[in-house]
Amino acid sequence: MSTTTSTANVSSGPRFSGAQHRLLAFASLIALVTVFSLASPNFMQTSNIIAILQATSVNGVLAIAATLVIITGGIDLSVGTLMTFCAVCAGVVLTFWGMPLGLGVLAAILAGAASGTLSGTFVAKLKIPPFIATLGMMLILKGLSLVISGTRPIYFNNSPGFTQISQGSLIGSVFPTLPIPNGVLILFLVAIAASFILERTILGRFTFALGSNEEAVRLSGVNTNRWKIAVYALAGSICGIAGLLIASRLNSAQPALGQGYELDAIAAVVIGGTSLSGGRGTIIGTLIGALIISVLANGLRILSVAQEWQTVVTGSIIILAVYTDILRRRRL
Amino acid sequence: MTALVAMKDIEKSFPGVRALHNAQLDLRSGEVHALMGENGAGKSTMMKILAGIYRRDGGEILLDGKPVEINSPRQAQDLGIGIIHQELNLMPHLTAAQNIFIGREPRKAGGLLLDEAKLNADAAEIFASMHLKLDPRTPVGGLTIARQQMVEIAKALSYRSRVLIMDEPTAALNDAEINELFAIIARLKTEGVGIVYISHKMDELKRIADRVTVMRDGEYIGTVPAAETPVEKIIAMMVGRALSDERPVVPDHSNSEIVLEVRNISRGSEIRDVSFSVRKGEILGFAGLMGAGRTEVARAIFGADRRDGGDVFMHGKKVDIRKPEDAVRAGIGYLSEDRKHFGLATGMDVRNNIVLASLSRFAGTGGLLREAAMHDAAVRYIDRLAIKTPSDRQEARLLSGGNQQKIVIAKWLLRDCEVLIFDEPTRGIDVGAKNEIYKLLNALAQQGRAIIVISSELPEVLRLSHRIAVMCEGRLTGILPAGASQEEIMHLATLRGEQNNKPAKGATK
Repeated sequence: MSTTTSTANVSSGPRFSGAQHRLLAFASLIALVTVFSLASPNFMQTSNIIAILQATSVNGVLAIAATLVIITGGIDLSVGTLMTFCAVCAGVVLTFWGMPLGLGVLAAILAGAASGTLSGTFVAKLKIPPFIATLGMMLILKGLSLVISGTRPIYFNNSPGFTQISQGSLIGSVFPTLPIPNGVLILFLVAIAASFILERTILGRFTFALGSNEEAVRLSGVNTNRWKIAVYALAGSICGIAGLLIASRLNSAQPALGQGYELDAIAAVVIGGTSLSGGRGTIIGTLIGALIISVLANGLRILSVAQEWQTVVTGSIIILAVYTDILRRRRL
Repeated sequence: MTALVAMKDIEKSFPGVRALHNAQLDLRSGEVHALMGENGAGKSTMMKILAGIYRRDGGEILLDGKPVEINSPRQAQDLGIGIIHQELNLMPHLTAAQNIFIGREPRKAGGLLLDEAKLNADAAEIFASMHLKLDPRTPVGGLTIARQQMVEIAKALSYRSRVLIMDEPTAALNDAEINELFAIIARLKTEGVGIVYISHKMDELKRIADRVTVMRDGEYIGTVPAAETPVEKIIAMMVGRALSDERPVVPDHSNSEIVLEVRNISRGSEIRDVSFSVRKGEILGFAGLMGAGRTEVARAIFGADRRDGGDVFMHGKKVDIRKPEDAVRAGIGYLSEDRKHFGLATGMDVRNNIVLASLSRFAGTGGLLREAAMHDAAVRYIDRLAIKTPSDRQEARLLSGGNQQKIVIAKWLLRDCEVLIFDEPTRGIDVGAKNEIYKLLNALAQQGRAIIVISSELPEVLRLSHRIAVMCEGRLTGILPAGASQEEIMHLATLRGEQNNKPAKGATK
């Protein structure tokens, strides 16, 4: 780009607001869906759409957890292995100890909250940079999952209801024409709850405030450490829900799984327009981001594009998404 | 004679705002031309157009009488126009010479290797021309702000700049450093460099400026000779009205209750055994040179930094303050000298900034925020403090410095703090808004709040304070009554340890 045009951009370049960025992300999602449905008649089949939504559920929930932490100006690399750790905890409670289903669910969510509290404490109290603290937690949780499970998958054959968490369909039992699996329902419920917390509650307001200017918040007499730990804990318990979803789908807790999921989650957050420097972001954006990733994967597979090319495309989309965000911010 | 630079009828609009209209400036070679105006008057926009950072919408720029297009900072450099921003742009880990020639390093061995020797020699040559004693091999991060600024000037000169734009260059300098800067400016003048100097400090302009151009609301108001024009006239041109320079009416506080008492606080070499008290309705000024420890005392009282020893009492009761949270609970609010870093969440809107310290008050069951009540509170303070903002949803960073300061004040008023510590309350705020802040401080004192004002501007301290505490090198060297002379204050402000073996007694009565 010549210097002339770059200067011109400063005064008259494209201008996006945060809402416009989300609109843009949404428009790209629609465009992708349109292109794929034109390219293949199989794409728009109800079963395929449901498959896409079901495939989004785990990454979507993880991405929601990551969004909360990223808005505070932090990052959580442990969401993937924490998900697995929570699944393993549910497995221990349900299969090893033979407890009722509800306690298994509780165990997963509490394990997530506890781990989030620990990460948050490292970041807030010990002042360990979030990248390092959660990188450490990522490895610790990965190891612990293997230790607790004895490196073998834990199957949920003793808890027949467990697979229903993700694969059953409450909606389908009421409206037989809409067999939307519970996993998808849970994704949307988590999204609505997280969105509500972010936009309407004091915890959400401090989440944004911490990412905007933590020192100003501290000097306003606010116990910033407490709120930050609370955000990490909330994100952790959401990872617990993701753990239940994936374990339910596989009818097993796979202790070796998990690493790599954090990157997909962060990719969804970024595509959805949440700023990695903190202070701004939305759950709806993240949801769109997660859907874009699954639609791409699904559509390219239907078009018989090789798996290795799918990741190339996803990578390019991330860079493109962040670049549009930079263009937007340059104008502010 | 032909002007070195002539900017004529410059127009510039940003979405929704007309920043410049018919703006003018002509700069002669060998002159220091002060560009003055309140914040938001368009000075910086004008200079960013000259430096190629913004493009103008209309008007023309003549260099040596010939029209030029300046479309990028690089082009401006090539034309010999250099700008020294208020925030310095240096790489702290690189040496002075490396910073100056970044991207233009002399090479050897056919361009494969850097010629470090020539690099340092070239930098040394520029320093010599500035009569500046500085080793080009010193990493910039270890230099004082003043020295770093000299490196920026050297960098601008290395482009053979004939036009040098300085934006508030003395904001972070002490008196000795300002003298050194002015000596360099004087030398540049004799070499024919034309300097555009943006500053809010009137006394400086009197010392170094040849001519003054005043802008208001993006428009050209006039150009006057600096020496012959009285300060009052320049201020009147800036604000469109005359300002009075009054002294405070000091109420009798002898029967008022002591609200805050500080006993023997200390921290390393920064704060040495400082004790004082403030009564209800009183404004206690803190004067001293830069680095005297005034901000440190404020931050230590507020719990923003730890302290080695000493106690804080509110209404005679000892309060244990370890973190800002404790101070706020005890009713102490602190307004930092650096609003952008420590005062405002600039990316958030006015409403959320105003309620930031009281947010829990607006949270109902389940932490649900009562936005309507927050809106009411924000609007109440926007009205009460006359904060100029289109609405309470406006992002704080889009407001002027004076209005941002009012938001921070509103935050503490809403929290209902009895003691308010203002650290440089009018830094970076234009003259008109300063007066408003002064009135506000007086009103707050009259309402019975105890107020501490830290200021590096003596006229400000004299104008506001009911008593004046003076610090030097971490010690409280004395407390003077209102009406003290500048000389008395400066005497205490320079009272070094050797001459001052007895502890300051003015404080604890």
